Parts: sequence; structure tokens; C-alpha cells
Amino acid sequence: MAKLRINGKLVDIDADGSTPLLWVLREQLGLTGTKYSCGIGTCGSCTVHINGEAIRSCTVLLSSLDASQDIVTIEGLSTDNRHPLQLAWKQLDVPQCGYCQPGIIMSAAALLRKNPEPSDADIDTQVTNICRCGTFNRVRSGIHLAVEIGRRKGASS
Amino acid sequence: MTESINVSRRDFLIRSTTVGVGLGAGFSLGLYLPVSRNEAIAAESGTAGVAEINAWVVIKPDDTVIVRIARSEMGQGTLTGLAQMVAEELECDWDRVTTEYPTPGQNLARGRVWRSFATGGSQGIRGSHQYVRKGGAVARHMLIEAAAEQWGVPVAECKVANSVITHKPSGRTTSFGKVAAAAAEMFPPEQVVLKDPKDWKLIGQPVKRLDTDDKLNGKQVFGADLQLPGMLNAAIKACPVFGGTLKSFDEGNVLKMPGVRKVVRVGDNAVAVVAQTWWQAKTALDALPITWDKGPNAKLSSDSIAKMLDEGLTAKDVFVGNQNGDAKQAIKGAVKTVEAIYSYPFQNHATMEPMNATARWSKDRCEVWCPTQNGEASLEAAIEAAGLPASKCDVYKIHLGGGFGRRGAFQDYVTQAVLIAKQLPGTPVKLLWSREEDMQQGHYHPVTKCKLVGGLDKSGDLTGLHIRISGQSILAAVNTAWLQNGMDPFTFQGLLPEGDHAVSYTVPNLLVEHAMRNPPVPPGFWRGVNINQNAIYMESFLDELAHAAGKDPLAFRRKLMAKHPKSLAVLNAVAKKAGWGKPAPKGVHRGLAVCKAFASHVAACAEVSVDGKGQLTIHRIVAATDPGYAVNPQQIEAQVEGSFVQSNYHDYPSMLIKEMPKVEVIVMPSGGFWGGIGEPTIAVAAPAVLNAIFAATGKRIRSFPLKGVDLRSA
Repeated sequence: MAKLRINGKLVDIDADGSTPLLWVLREQLGLTGTKYSCGIGTCGSCTVHINGEAIRSCTVLLSSLDASQDIVTIEGLSTDNRHPLQLAWKQLDVPQCGYCQPGIIMSAAALLRKNPEPSDADIDTQVTNICRCGTFNRVRSGIHLAVEIGRRKGASS
Repeated sequence: MTESINVSRRDFLIRSTTVGVGLGAGFSLGLYLPVSRNEAIAAESGTAGVAEINAWVVIKPDDTVIVRIARSEMGQGTLTGLAQMVAEELECDWDRVTTEYPTPGQNLARGRVWRSFATGGSQGIRGSHQYVRKGGAVARHMLIEAAAEQWGVPVAECKVANSVITHKPSGRTTSFGKVAAAAAEMFPPEQVVLKDPKDWKLIGQPVKRLDTDDKLNGKQVFGADLQLPGMLNAAIKACPVFGGTLKSFDEGNVLKMPGVRKVVRVGDNAVAVVAQTWWQAKTALDALPITWDKGPNAKLSSDSIAKMLDEGLTAKDVFVGNQNGDAKQAIKGAVKTVEAIYSYPFQNHATMEPMNATARWSKDRCEVWCPTQNGEASLEAAIEAAGLPASKCDVYKIHLGGGFGRRGAFQDYVTQAVLIAKQLPGTPVKLLWSREEDMQQGHYHPVTKCKLVGGLDKSGDLTGLHIRISGQSILAAVNTAWLQNGMDPFTFQGLLPEGDHAVSYTVPNLLVEHAMRNPPVPPGFWRGVNINQNAIYMESFLDELAHAAGKDPLAFRRKLMAKHPKSLAVLNAVAKKAGWGKPAPKGVHRGLAVCKAFASHVAACAEVSVDGKGQLTIHRIVAATDPGYAVNPQQIEAQVEGSFVQSNYHDYPSMLIKEMPKVEVIVMPSGGFWGGIGEPTIAVAAPAVLNAIFAATGKRIRSFPLKGVDLRSA
């Protein structure tokens, strides 16, 4: 039995230690916003935050985790869809099919935490998710818009 | 095991957009619903007062309008566009509009009242705009009539806007929700007049998509995410060689692995492990000893396929898709001839969400939940695999994590899911393919080669063009009923004499032929279908001809386009916006392409540079599209932008954000026709870039993928 801290809550997991975090989230906890697509760490659909870092959860085994890590999934990014990235995504209608978007949003959120005003080049190196619908230009605009929204929020609060 | 609580289909439809985490908290989906009257709906849904005005429009007492959508949403925005069209005629409050999918089983039971569920060929809007608008208009009439009757006033004295009906002389008002129940009992008018496009208020507006919110927080349930009480999970392997079969497997040790319930044969070519979780099923499947009979294609190779296609380039047995004048004679008499051979490879759809379906089978009922581009095709597959009458089967559509043609004509994943569920009666089983399985068991974009020969006269004008395509027919493998005396008309998309895929040029002497050569690798419809390669062949070769004639590629094209004003208009638009003829930034070179596809006119101008190491950068794309009518310009822009990823001239690995060019979209609807949106621009994306690469390097790319090609200047 493993104990993990997910979206701020401590949870007990009864699964084999060789199970990737992706499948723990999806099948043990019902957190299906974290998506399976490639299973080998290339596409980024399963991106979550571990201690603030964007990590491809299909490559992390349960046995390597414990309650000392802070794991955040797309479901824990905000409670009300009002994270600056979510607001920006909504304003620009970024998603098409939407399957890759939770992973992209989580990649972008980790980028913004470290680098609150990323350049296009920063986005290129940090947001390496695959999207087959081709939402990339709106993803880029969405990240820049989120910076602006965050700034306005900061100014008004 | 969680106890099942039956909820109605409607309840599921509503909930499916709002539930997320913990969906497995205990409800069972898909009680059979013989919808034919409102009472049935109300009884099933437990939502008294919800009134079905007609098949397309359902109204709740609180004025919520539910628009029924038969086509599938897979990212292309058709859900929002179709709702806009119904709402336009209905005159309802757009802010109160939601949508739901009727099931294919209901469609069957109600005499196909929603007509086609097929979502492909860029047909979502253009194939149904008339009857869905009519659905909205008829419902509006019935609602006004109900209000007029309640007031005892003539219908002509009433007007309607934003879900509010007003009796003009008295100023009395009521709302759709208040009269919906009465309206549902009215006879529909025998005739309705649809609005003149110039009076549209909602169609043509860049309204926000209706399906975005849940895609931002993980709540959107895709097929792969579905959880049902008591559900088991299945992982599958089919024979890795096409046409091969499953000989045997040894489940002895695998059955002892954690969570494993059963190992089952699936049809004649696959084996699946069913376990508590998918990860357990996949782990056990990877450990399962399997013996395949690789069958007659065991020795098939890329070389043997290439040889087959090469033979077709000069063979005598051909279908003629377009012919005017005498191309061969004109080329013989030409002052200068140009010849080139192009080839285009197989490509997988590679939707982000791998193939999947969930099925529950008993001898009385078979239900399937799946992402599908064609719910009716899914139902057909389910019926056949279930071995039950149609009335005992149904399919519940779930949002797709990408389609691109893979989830329409091919329902192999549905068939498999039902065959597995049949071996565990009463238990819902979710089948999910691994990415490896998804790549291996595709229905690929067909493989072709193309030889083009063109003749130029002494002033450098094109006098004759002979195009010989050799390669795979999609229809021969997928739908032989659509062949015309053996000929596959789809093979000639973009090169036909007339219609949705007519060639955009008038060539004095033209011959377009197809030598059908079908290697035993299953082909399929892939976003763009055959315009992807045909436009590369045509548009790259026109560039070659212009170069050989010493002419500007834009001027050379224009001269052949006098009788194609709409195609010429989009070409001119991109040339103007891109600054064709004016100097580009240092090191940047431009390329053009134009095409008519899926009834829309599209053009693109690409700006690229190639550095000393041969590194390609696509700086900017200007793309124009004339789809006749633009229902939602914002969604059209998104589809056009996306086309530059899907073009696939250089993916696998798929394109990343760092490679994505800036795309400037010109939407220029000229009216009078309905063209598609989802696919046409794919046609011009690749050739515009390829022509720009030639301008930059002097290298003409004639085979693909582009990755690995040395682009250093010739």
C-alpha cells in the first residue's frame, strides 16, 4: 500500500509498484483528465506536476513515489476553471478535439510558474506536447494571453 | 462490485458533459429508450415538462434549448456550427443552447429522422445544412402557433426573437419554455421558408465553441476515459502481418497474474487479455506467448510494393479520370517537355486517443459506448458481432480524441469490443488499444506514385499534360459499391473535370489516368483523402513547368485559370497578402499552391528558409479559403491552421509547437455554394511549402516524408 499526495489530498493506493503513475491516476483514482496516448513519454498527454515540475506520468513508477512529493493533475489546477491558462484557453477557443489539452495546459502551467513571462523560444523548448489537430498557434497565443490575465489579476487583487 | 443504478440515456447525455472525477461512482448507462413521443422521453428522463418539438429541437421549461446533433464532434467544431444553424432558424437565445447526440438505435427506430450520422468528407455542415435549418424553422413555427393559440390571436400578429414570442398589437410576451409542451402537440407546418443568407444573425458569427469548458479541466469524458460499474478492461493484440491469423496462445502463466480474469480469442486474428485494470491487462498481454500464422503477406516489403507501383506507371490497364484534347500528341509536338515522378507513402491516422470501445453484451441486449465518426456504422458492426437483432442493440457516442477518418468506415475496434464482451456476458468491458497496436493496425493513407509529363510551346505556355497515377484505391478495399465500372473516382480528387474536386486549371490537352495497384496493406480515408498527394503532384509539377518555362509561378498559373474565377480569387488573395512579387526578408523564399477540394476553393503561400546545414524553417503561411458560406469563421480559421500540422509532409514524429509556422487565414466566403472546411486546406499546405523549398534551395522534393532529406542548397 502506497501513500501519495495528489491535488493536496493524501490517498492510499493499492497497486503494484511497477504501475506507472498515469495508470494509478486513471484507474485507481478515476482522475481521467490525465490522458494515455503514447505510453513512452513522447507525446505529453499525461503531463502532471510533481513538486511543480512538468512530468510525463507514464514514465514514473508508483514505487518511486511517496507522500513527500506534491502531485498535481489537471483536476487540481483550479477548482473553478479560472486559472489564467484556463481563462485564456476559453477566450481563444484553443482546444479542438481536446484530448491533448490537459497535458498541454499542465506543461504551460509549469512553465509559467518558473518563467512568468516566457518568450516564444521558451515556449518552444518547454511545451513539447504533440497535438494532432494542430492547435499550436492558439496554444502559443493562449500562454501569452494567460500572462496578461495573470498580470491583470495580480494588479486587481 | 458496485451496484448498478439505471439512468436514462438523456440523463447520461447531460451528465456526460458535467461529470469527471469519480465517474465510476455508481451509475449504469444506456437503458434502451424507444423514443418516439415526448411522454416516452419524459418518462425515461424523469424530467417532466421537457418537450421534444421535433427531432432536432427539445425545450425545457426554463427555456434551455437542446439541439440534437447527428454528426460527431471530433475537434472540427461541427457541433457548434450545426447548433448555430438550428438556432438561427429557431430564433432562440444562443446563451441557453446545449446539445445532445441521439443514438443510432433511435435513428433506426424512428425511420432515420436524423438522416446520416457519418462525419467525414468535410460533410458535417455542407451535407446537412438544409434539413437542420429546416428543423429549426419548423420548431419555430410550432412554438409561435402554440403561443398564438393560447392567446387566441392570429399567428401573423406574433413575432419571435431570442426565445421570446411577442404579440405585437398587445405587447404580451411569453417564452419558448412556457409554450414548448403545447407546441410539441402541434402539427408541423407543411412548408417553411428558410431565411435568406443576408438575414442571418448567428450563422457567420465567430461564436465560442459549446464544448470547450470541460476540455480545460479534465472533465470531458472521451471513450478511453469511460468507467462503468463493474467494468473490466481489455488489451488486445492482432496479427502484426495484414491478412495473418492467430494460431495459438498459452494463457497458463498469464492467468495467474494480478487482476487477470480471462484470455480470449477475438475473431480469427487477435487475442485479448481481460483484467481488472487496463494496465494489468496490458502487462499480462505483453507476457502472453502468442503464435501467429503470418499468412500470404509474410514477405511483403516496401521494396515489393514500390516495384508494384513502378510497373503501374507505364502499364496499359488504366482508368481515365479526366481527358480533353490529345495530351500525348501535344507533348510530342512540344518545344520543350518536362517529366517527373513523385511518390507518396502510407500514413497512419495516429489520433491522440487510441482506438477504443466499451461493450456490454447479454443474450437480450448489446450496448456499445464509443468514439465514432459514424454512429450508424458502429451500430451495424455491433449488431453483426453481437448476433442479435438491431432492435436489441444500440451505440452511445462519446467525444472523439481525434478522428481524421480512422473512426468512420472502420469499426474494427467496435467489433472486437463486442466479441470480447460476448465472452463475459453481462459485464461491461472496455477495450483500449495500445499506441503500438494503433500504429500497427491502421487503415493507412493509400500509397501512390505519379508520373507527370508536360509540354511547353515556344512561348513557354503549357500545351499538354499527362498525369499517370499508379497505386492504391481506397474504395476497392473499403466500399466497392462506389466504384464506377471498376474505376475509383476518389483517386482523381483535385484532378477531375468537374464537381467538388475539379481541377483548378484549363489545360489545352489533358490526360489523367490511374493504374490501380493494390498492395495488401489496408488503405483508408485519411483527412484530405486523395487531395493530399494529388495536390502535391499537380502543384509541385506546375511549379516545375513554370521554372522550365522561365516564368513566374503565379503568372504561369493565372494564365490557366481564366475559367476558374473562384480558385483564382483565393490564389490572388494569398499572393497579395504574402507580398508575392515583392522582396521577401533576406534568405526567405516563397511558394504557392491552389486547389479545389470538398467543394471549397483553397490556396496557400508559404515562406521558408533553409540554412547552410539544410535546416528548414517555415516562417509564415498565408492561407485563403472560400467555402461558399462561413457558418463560424473562427472555427474555420482553427481548421485551416490545423491543416498545416495534418499535412504530414514531415511528421512521424508528429509536428511540435517549435515547428509550427505562423498561419494567417483569409476566410472569403463568396456565397452560392456550400464547401467543406475540415479537409480542403490540407491540399495546399504541403505543396506551398515544397515549392518554397525549391525556391530556397533549387531542390525539388518528390518523395516523402521530408525528414531525413538533405536540403542543403543544390
